This record gives sequence, structure tokens and C-alpha cells, in this order.
Amino acid sequence: MIGLTHYMILSSLLFGIGVYGVLSKRNAVAILMSVELMLNAVNINFVAINRFINPDQVVGQLFAIVVIVVAAAEVSVGLALIISIYRHRKSVNLSDFNLLKW
Amino acid sequence: MNQILQGAWIIPVLPLLAFVIIGMFLHRWPKWAATVSILAIGLAMLYSLLVALEVFSAQPGEVFVMAVPWLNMPGLQVNMGILIDPLSTVMLLVVTIVALLVQVYSLGYMEGDPGFASYFAYQSIFAGSMLGLVLSSNFGQVFVFWELVGLCSYLLIGFWFERESAKEAAKKAFITNRVGDFGFLLGILFLAVLFGNLDYATLEARLANYQNLAVLIPIAFLLFAGPIGKSAQFPLHVWLPDAMEGPTPVSALIHAATMVAAGVYLLARAFFIFSAVPQAMLFIAAVGGFTALFAASIALVQDDIKRILAYSTLSQLGYMVMALGIGAMTAGMFHLMTHAFFKSLLFLGAGSVIHALNGEQNIWKMGGLAPKMPVTTWTFVIGALALAGIPPLSGFWSKDEILLGAYASGNMLLYGLGSIVAFMTAFYMFRLIFVAFFGSSKHDRHAHESKPVMTVPLLVLAVLSFGAGFVGSPLMGNVFAHYITAPGVLHHQPNVSIMAISSLLAMAGIALAWIIYQKQAISHLSLRRRWAGVYQLLYHKYYIDELYARLAAVFVDGTARVLEWVDLRIVNGAVNGLAYLTAWTGRTLRYTEDGQVQTYALYLFAGVVVILISALLVVYTALA
Repeated sequence: MIGLTHYMILSSLLFGIGVYGVLSKRNAVAILMSVELMLNAVNINFVAINRFINPDQVVGQLFAIVVIVVAAAEVSVGLALIISIYRHRKSVNLSDFNLLKW
Repeated sequence: MNQILQGAWIIPVLPLLAFVIIGMFLHRWPKWAATVSILAIGLAMLYSLLVALEVFSAQPGEVFVMAVPWLNMPGLQVNMGILIDPLSTVMLLVVTIVALLVQVYSLGYMEGDPGFASYFAYQSIFAGSMLGLVLSSNFGQVFVFWELVGLCSYLLIGFWFERESAKEAAKKAFITNRVGDFGFLLGILFLAVLFGNLDYATLEARLANYQNLAVLIPIAFLLFAGPIGKSAQFPLHVWLPDAMEGPTPVSALIHAATMVAAGVYLLARAFFIFSAVPQAMLFIAAVGGFTALFAASIALVQDDIKRILAYSTLSQLGYMVMALGIGAMTAGMFHLMTHAFFKSLLFLGAGSVIHALNGEQNIWKMGGLAPKMPVTTWTFVIGALALAGIPPLSGFWSKDEILLGAYASGNMLLYGLGSIVAFMTAFYMFRLIFVAFFGSSKHDRHAHESKPVMTVPLLVLAVLSFGAGFVGSPLMGNVFAHYITAPGVLHHQPNVSIMAISSLLAMAGIALAWIIYQKQAISHLSLRRRWAGVYQLLYHKYYIDELYARLAAVFVDGTARVLEWVDLRIVNGAVNGLAYLTAWTGRTLRYTEDGQVQTYALYLFAGVVVILISALLVVYTALA
């Protein structure tokens, strides 16, 4: 029987992979993708918890949809920023974006 | 009590009021300033005469005190008031008469000076402060006025402050007096702590049956520090000769007749304290005697007319202090009075000469003044005769009283010392007279007699110098000693042989000066060559000024250097070190801020993990 625990382990794994990607990747696009992974891990949690704790209402699903919408907006803005930076610096490598460095 | 005595507080208030009026309204009208100033001191003198009539028609020993509380707190009460007894009355007369004559004389001497109005303002505040000091009924009040006269002295020495030397002399006088006044203030504070009251009358009554006399020893020595500074006694005498940088009438009034005598007056006022401490009395007598001899020896070789008179003043003040020290309070006060008259006469005479010679002060560049300036010359000679102690002039009677007291006290050293000083005094005064007034003229200026406004005060003072001594002479039954006395003051029968010895010594001094400087039987230049070592030592005032300058260089500058090091290295070091530490911390911590968002995110997640783990630990320990 697949229970809540399995979903949560799945979402934890996804979240962990996302964190690892955000912290270790140098490519800005890859980081944006990792952030998407973390958001989706959260969505899984919302839906699973709604299903197992309070099946009569659809609050979790609603939240998940809101998150997907916001994530879509965030990715479009993020990609626009990355393209803008790329035009200036000819790079999407975060290590090259060191204007604020000491 | 008597109406006149009750109103005596007006005496110091009049000149103080004149000071305020001149300072606030009359600064631009010098003539009016002088008028107001002289009017005020003249009225004060008339009132003093009334007071004197009242006091000297009453029985000796009657004391009138009127005081209002000024400072009142648990354990200490300080009053402001007036104390009138024969002692303060004599001082009142001396101060008002000399101050009035000096102010009249200043009309001529200071004529055309750009600071004419402020000069009279200072003269007024000085007269007011000095009279306040004289009338003070307690130590607290006396200290206030003591400092005020010191301030006036500073202002008037530095009156021609555009001259570097005058500025330096004013500062020197003020700072040297600080040293003495510090001890004086400590003594007063000790009295306040011990008795909780500073009134002379109360203190005298308390001391009469006070058992623990040992505690008075430090108090008496500390109080004596005040007179050492103000009356320029030996270690602190250096300021008085330099104070001659001030206008000559100021030297006559402040640095010869009145302010410098305040120390002697204080010794007489507080005689009941000093006479209870024999050690202090001996010390006072020794300091006075030493100063008398020391200063007289310097006066023998000086060239500057005012400096000769200044060292003579030092010497005579030493005489008075010595008299107080051997318990002859009456003699000391008597000498104070006669000295005030003849020494201010001498200074004003010197001022008249300096005025006539356009500021020349070197006696070797004068000469031949007698025919051109008869009034100045002959009044000066009267003053010098009085100072030398030639009978029957005033100085003879007062000096004789002191020598008599020294002889009767059994201290032959002090008596011998006093006699030698009497001889030296006659010698240096007539050296001055023969060189400066007689002989051939050594200048090319057309000297002429001063105006009446200057010669009339000279004449009045000459009369006083001649006659003031009779009040204390045995010829008139010694009225002075009848009134001016205190418990413990010794009186002695006049001794004809002592009188004869002192007059013979004085005449011998005059004769020697005549032989050397007038007859020129012995060349003073060859004497100077033969005794070159001694001459140099005396001429340079025993190198005391140089010694003090050296000591100041070693101790004051040394302390300054040590403190500078502490300031630079330790204080600044601490402050700068703190700044360096902060800067270093900032520089080091900067490396954690690498501008990489990923690094910040790493810190963020690491923080979250740490918080989570600790929260879990807390939960598990709570459950277990």
C-alpha cells in the first residue's frame, strides 16, 4: 500500500536534488531548472497531504495550481534576466557575475 | 553700636562702585573716569578718617564686628562683614591716603595714555578690594579679596601688555602667587574642617581654650604660605622685582605700600593662631630675616632705579615679617605704616624722574637732577632718610622698634642681621641718590620738574614720611602701641643704646655711599673689579631666576614630556588600536561576502539544517 510517507520521501528527494542543483550548478539556466524541481517537490507535498489528511476539500490542489502559475511567471522573468545578462557578459556562468564582489 | 562704624561697609563699596560705573559708562571719557575714581577714593578716605576718630577716641581693645551670613551649610558658616578695630583702622587710613595720592599723581603720570580710563577702573577695583581685605571679618572673605587684589596686581603689571616683558612679568606674578595661595587656601580649609567657622573672633575664642595645639602646627605653616607669596618672601620673592614693569604709580601703590603689605597684615590679624605655634613663629622670623638680608644685598648693585626700590621693598617686608615672627606684632605693623608712606614717596619720586627723562630707568644715565628737579629731589631725599632710619624721621622709630624687639627676644642672630640690613639700606639708598640726583649729568635730555599734580602728592607724602613715626615714638608716649596690640605681643622699654647703634649704622652707610659715589675717593669701578665674583652673584640676584627656570625646565617640561608620551602612546594607542582592530575585523570578515548568490544560499540552507537538527534534538530529549 502506498501511503503518505512514500509521497513525502519522494518530495524530500526531489527537494534535495533541487537544493543540490541550486548550490552546485554554475549555469544559470540549470539553477532555474533546479528551483523548478524544488517547487514541484512542494506541490507533491501539498497534493499528497490534502489527499491523506483532508480528502473532502481541495485546498492543497488549489495551492499547487497557484504555485505552478507563480512558477511559470518566475521562470519567464528569470529567463528574461538571464538573457539580458548574457547580452552584456556573453556568459550564463554565475561565477562570471562578480560585479558586487570585494 | 555707633552709627559711623555701622556704615563703614561703604568704604570698600565706594571704589568698587566707581569701578562698575567707569567700566560700564565712562570708558570713552577718560577725564570723567579719573574724576569718578578719585572722588570715590577721596570719599572713602574721608569716611576712614571719621572711623579713625571714632576708634581712637574709644578705649583700646574695643572691636566692632558686623556680618551677614554668606555661605551657610551644616558644619560650616562663612560670613561677609566688616571688622573694625585699631589694627584695621590703621590699615584703612594707610590704604585710602596712599591710594588717593597715587591716583592724583597718576593724573599727571598717565596723561595721554590710551588706556587712561581703564587704568583708573583698575585702580578703583584695586582700592575697593584692598579695603575689603582690610575690613574682612573672617578668613573666607579675606581669601576672596586676597585673590581680587592679586587679579588687580596682574592687570596693572601687565597694563602695557603690548610689551613682551610686561606680559611675562604679569604672568609670573600671578603664577608665583598661585603657589602661596594654594597653601593659604589649604590652611583655611583645615580651619573650616576643624572649627566649622572662619570668623576671627570665633576662632580666637575657640583657640583660647583649645587643647590639641599640635594640629595647629600644619595650619600655621600653611597659612603662612599666603604671606610668603603675597608679601614676596624668600622662595617666592621672584615676582616682585619683575612687577616693576607696570606703571610706576602702580608700583608705588600696589607693589610697595599696600598689596604686598597684605601678607604682613594677615600675619598680624591671625596673630592669635601663629603665636600659639612657636615652631611657626621661629620659621616666620627666619624667613623674614633671611629675606631682609638677601634682598638688601641684591639692592646694593642694581642699576635700575625701580629695581633698587623693589629689592628695598622686599627687604623691608622681610623686616616686618621678621618682627611678626619674633612676636613684635606692634613693631611690624608700625613699620608697615611708615614704610607705606616713605616707600610710596620714593616710588612716586622715581616715577617723576623717569617721566622727566622719557622713560630712562638706569641710574648711571641720570645724574645732576637736583638743580633741575628740586621738589622731586628733596622729597626723595626725605623718603630715603626715612627709609635709612635717620632720627627723627618715621623710619627710624619703626625700624628701631623692630630691632628692639629682636634684641629683647634674645635672638642675637636676628638682631645682628637686622642691624646689617639697616646699614645696607642706608648705603644702597644713598648710592642711588648720589648717582642719580647729584654729580654730573650723564644724559642729554632737558629734564624739568614735574607738574604740580605730581609734586603735590610727593610733598604730602614727604610730610607723612617725616612725621608719621611720631605716633609710635616714646616722645609721644607710644600711642601706637597703646592701641595696636594683641594677647602675646611683647612691649619693651625704649633702649637708647640700640637707637644709637642703629642710627650710627645708618649714618655710616650714608657716609660710605658719599665717599664712594659722591667724593669718589674710592673708585666703585675698581671695587667692582676686585670683587668681581661677588658682584656678579649679586648683580644676577643669586641666579635664583635662572635656577627656577632650570628647575621648571627639568621638572615641568620633564613631566610634560612623560605625559606627552603617555598621551601619544597609551591614550592614542588605545584609541587607534581599537580602530585598527575594527578595521581588521571588517577586512577579514569581508571574505565571507563573495558576492555569489549561491554561497549565500548555501549559508541559508546550512542555517536551516542546523535549526532543524537542534529543534529535533530538543523534541527528542523532551519526549525521552
